[in-house]
Amino acid sequence: MALNLKNWFNIKERLQRFLEVEYTEDRYHNLRRNIRILMIALTIIPLVLMALINYHQYQSSLKEEIVSPTKLLANKTTHSFHFYLKERLSLIKSISYFYSRDQLCDEKTLNHILYTLKKEFVGFVDLGLINGDDGTQICYAGPYKLLGKNYATQSWFHEVTLKGTYISDVFLGYRKFPHIAIAVQRLEADGQSWIVRTTIDTTMFDNLIAAMGLDSESDAFILNKDGVFQTNSRLYGKVLEHCPIQIPSGGYATYVVEKKDPNGIDVFLAYAHLTYPEYTLVIVKPHSAVLKAWYALKSDLVVVFLVSLALILIVVFRLTDILVSRIREADQRRELAFRELQHSHKLSSIGRLAAGVAHEVNNPLAIINEKAGLIQDLIQFSPDFAQKEKFSTLVRSILQSVSRCRTITHRLLGFAKRMEIEVENLDLNELIQEVLGFLEREALYRNIDITVNLAKDLPRIDSDRGQLQQVFLNILNNAVAAVKDEGRIAITTWEKDADTVAASIEDDGCGMSEETCRYIFEPFFTTKKEKGTGLGLSITYGIVQKLGGDIEVKSTENQGTKFIISLPKKSK
Amino acid sequence: MVQLKVLLVDDEKEFVTTLAERLELRGMDVDIATDGEMALGLVETDPPQVVVLDVMMPGLGGMEVLERIKAVDSSIQVILLTGHGGTKDGIKGMQLGAFDYLIKPVDIDELIEKLNEAAKNGL
Repeated sequence: MALNLKNWFNIKERLQRFLEVEYTEDRYHNLRRNIRILMIALTIIPLVLMALINYHQYQSSLKEEIVSPTKLLANKTTHSFHFYLKERLSLIKSISYFYSRDQLCDEKTLNHILYTLKKEFVGFVDLGLINGDDGTQICYAGPYKLLGKNYATQSWFHEVTLKGTYISDVFLGYRKFPHIAIAVQRLEADGQSWIVRTTIDTTMFDNLIAAMGLDSESDAFILNKDGVFQTNSRLYGKVLEHCPIQIPSGGYATYVVEKKDPNGIDVFLAYAHLTYPEYTLVIVKPHSAVLKAWYALKSDLVVVFLVSLALILIVVFRLTDILVSRIREADQRRELAFRELQHSHKLSSIGRLAAGVAHEVNNPLAIINEKAGLIQDLIQFSPDFAQKEKFSTLVRSILQSVSRCRTITHRLLGFAKRMEIEVENLDLNELIQEVLGFLEREALYRNIDITVNLAKDLPRIDSDRGQLQQVFLNILNNAVAAVKDEGRIAITTWEKDADTVAASIEDDGCGMSEETCRYIFEPFFTTKKEKGTGLGLSITYGIVQKLGGDIEVKSTENQGTKFIISLPKKSK
Repeated sequence: MVQLKVLLVDDEKEFVTTLAERLELRGMDVDIATDGEMALGLVETDPPQVVVLDVMMPGLGGMEVLERIKAVDSSIQVILLTGHGGTKDGIKGMQLGAFDYLIKPVDIDELIEKLNEAAKNGL
């Protein structure tokens, strides 16, 4: 049990490894392939097994169904033959007992007996009495002149004197008609022997075979022990010809075998041996006739199999596509959410850091400011002294530097403070025009073509004017920096939907790589090297987010960049 | 013109003494306190017209000092001075009755302007 459990875990692990794919570009491709292989294997293998098992079961049971009636038929017919021949033999035997040799020597009596036999039984041709010692025919009734004929040299005569009875194979008599001969020996008490012999035509054989009621494609015939036809065969030859099919000898049951006949057709061969005489009844049924139902079933089976296979494949492929695309979407959403979360975390921690630094720097800066201010005051309030002007300049320079520092710390504090929004009802078009005013001179100087395409009747929105100005100024500044002289910038506004307006700023400047695009809203990410702080777009992003809007960027390297800013009409 | 009486409260002694000197040079009557307790003592013994109060101080914080000054005499005007940019403090201060708030470092002329406005407001 422990071993089994261990095996089970191994399988599970292996399966997991099979479905786990490495984090590469085509991991979804691999995942899809692996799931497909697994699902197809899990569904097709049992289907194929079931189909094969069904196939074999149906085949064997159907064969059994075909084989047993044929067997039964062969059995019955063999019995009929047996009965028929035995009856004729008994009849002749009875005659030899009912009549004495002298009576039978009388031609009149013999004729009467033959007449009665012909009348009551079918097929009797003639009747003769033969001397058991020398083989001479001493009396004869029948159509031929056979009186006085000596049979001593013939093999049947020896057999009948040896065994007491004899049934011949079929032979062609004087009239070239198939016959059999039956002979019976009678031993008198005085040691004399005589033989009664009759010939019977084989019409009854044909009748018995016809009574089997075989279909037109099947055949049945009697063979002697040498494989010679005793009756006509529809398919394989005439009476007394040699049968081309080899029938196994021996055994007293009825056998069914599958064989190829001389014409190359697959056949069922049913045969049974008669004990006396040594005849064999053979029934031949071609597969095609017997297995018609089976072939129909087989084609049904194949159709069902193929249809199920097609269905499985369609379902597996569709299902896998859906599954993998869902996984991919989920992964993408997770990645995006993770990035946004990371970004906002970064922003807020930078905000805290900036506020802390600004506060710590502001205090000493205030002291410098006051000290330098006091020096300036003192210089101002004191009478002229040597180098007063120089001191004055120096102090002013200190104060200017302090002022610059203050601007920086206040900006840092402002970055932390972006959270606060002053909402007013404003016209976005008007705001963009105002911002453009700041850039007019540079655009004119560098011959930049600014196309303004503002939607008429753009609904007014509730938002923070100052913050929005900063957003647009920031993005437009970037656009102006990105384009070459005589470049183009296009600004468009439109009503995005019932709750949102949008503005796009598109330039034909240097553009950005996909990698850069991914990071441009990150704090401290800059492509301007020493010139930029890397805070501009991250502040912009923060403001737009705070205002309940969204900002997205599309860029192609060396072709240009497009920023799209969506803003809600009503502030949240 | 009546001399403006101002109390400067800041734990940075260097800052507060220098600023006091500069204001005195401009003809104001300036007192100094380097912590909250001291400031409250001076408010009671020698009440000024305007208090310039640092928000972040060890011991008694600026906000508490503001509250207690207002409790002693609501006509005393308080200008909050902070090295911190958080407007939350500003808003809270204004709610507690502060006249205005300024961020360090502050320009001397701006401060004087505010002081005069506050004094006018206190009359």
